[in-house]
Amino acid sequence: MTIRGKAHIAGAFEHPDRKIPDKSTAQVHAEVALGALADAGLALSDVDAYFCAADAPGFGPISMADYLGLTNLRYLDSTETGGSSYVAHVGHAAAAIAEGKCQIALITLAGLPRSQPVPRSGANILAPEAAFEQPFGPTTVSMYALAARRHMHEYGTTSAQLAAIKVAASQHAQYNQNAMLRTPVSVQEVLDSPMISDPLHRLDCCVISDGGGALVVVAPEVARDLPRQTVKVLGHGESPKIAAGRRIDLTYTGAVWSGPRAFEEAGVAHDDIDYASIYDSFTITVLQTIEDLGFCEKGKGGAFVADGALLAPHGRLPFNTDGGGLCNNHPVNRGGMTKVIEAVRQLRGEANAPVQVPDCEIALAHGNGGSLGTRSAAVTLILGREDA
Amino acid sequence: MTVPAPSQPGQPQPTQSLPAPAPPVNPETREFWAATARGQLLLKRCLDCDSVIWYPRAFCPECSGMRTEWFEASGRGRIYSYTVNHRGEGAYQGQAPFVLAYVELDEGPRMMTNIVGAEPADLSVGAPVTVIFHDTGDGTALPRFQLS
Repeated sequence: MTIRGKAHIAGAFEHPDRKIPDKSTAQVHAEVALGALADAGLALSDVDAYFCAADAPGFGPISMADYLGLTNLRYLDSTETGGSSYVAHVGHAAAAIAEGKCQIALITLAGLPRSQPVPRSGANILAPEAAFEQPFGPTTVSMYALAARRHMHEYGTTSAQLAAIKVAASQHAQYNQNAMLRTPVSVQEVLDSPMISDPLHRLDCCVISDGGGALVVVAPEVARDLPRQTVKVLGHGESPKIAAGRRIDLTYTGAVWSGPRAFEEAGVAHDDIDYASIYDSFTITVLQTIEDLGFCEKGKGGAFVADGALLAPHGRLPFNTDGGGLCNNHPVNRGGMTKVIEAVRQLRGEANAPVQVPDCEIALAHGNGGSLGTRSAAVTLILGREDA
Repeated sequence: MTVPAPSQPGQPQPTQSLPAPAPPVNPETREFWAATARGQLLLKRCLDCDSVIWYPRAFCPECSGMRTEWFEASGRGRIYSYTVNHRGEGAYQGQAPFVLAYVELDEGPRMMTNIVGAEPADLSVGAPVTVIFHDTGDGTALPRFQLS
């Protein structure tokens, strides 16, 4: 079975706020759900499938289904793969729709890490690996820093090359009125920003933002009757990156497996990709992902990005035209939702005008969740314009 | 970065330079952590396929075997990757910059650890290191490494 063309994204909504001091997490889930359904021309009562991840407060998908009054559900999925969860949810929703299990799937993400911070050292101490890692003080940034250092060692990647990724994101963010960081920065400004966990500087890291987003995925026969232009789901691939008792290798991600699966299902080639949303928790995340997806030779990502390839609208691989997690928004420390949303905007021709890719027909959205080289989940989605 | 006093291999040392949070111990890993209190680094080997398994577990993910044995590692290895973290969290919150690393043991596994007693400028990927143990005060010790 393939999901190619058997489901459409009919609604997409990104919460406009980046700091939300006066609302609850459940309330923001409700706001983004209503936003995406309004975008699709649908109502909560139409929804027959609900997807969420660990940011949803309460008991799996049940508490939020209760809060939202989703009384017509016949399909539930609370797949939790960190920031890539929502990219996976689109693939899972498409598969469920293709199998006839449901017709109108709602996916929500929301949270308030700025306004209502929770302890960040809360790695699950029940995880079987916890005793062998947590006592040594790993943090999210330092785990990605270890990957960056090893990539530098093996391939000669430089901090200035990583900085070029942030520079491109900042160029795009200047046109996004909702972006947290709208001022373009230079390579030197990235290198001069405070060191967090070397070789990663503050400006190599994504923003921390309150907010959220939602998507509505529907069957083609539903899409046909909706007023808005929809986006076709063409292909989906996902993979864990694990060591499985062998030696960890920090230089590559699960995109080496999720990418080919998505490309094969979509029936498209790298040259067909007009726009790419690439998970950008840190600059090194982008670098390894574009290599692993095959947009350049392994180890040559540094030269690729330093050459301006990521700049919209005319670079070889225009990326993250909303400014991405590096500049725009990384709600709840989970960037997969906004990756899909910006790909939908590009395919509808609704990105900010200076960064809209002309005649954008095929887009890719990639999420990564967990710790880049150690234990993580990669999900690749390929989407097409309604007439693709 | 503060430089802790040189410690000797063997018996666990007190540590003033870094926190030494106690690991959660369960029946599957009790022997590993008991050995750390004696200054020994144990590894798991699969009796069916001879793989060395990290992190230690009673199950071999290589061949699905359930027969494993502990053996003592040499305590020697090389730095696979490292970072000087300026922003500790949890037990490390407010900590002076410290080194988080993966060390590739001579026996093969790459394990997370800290490198202690070295200036960041003296560190490099591939540098040889030797294990030392920092007492957690809870009947266990953390296997950390210093430059050989």
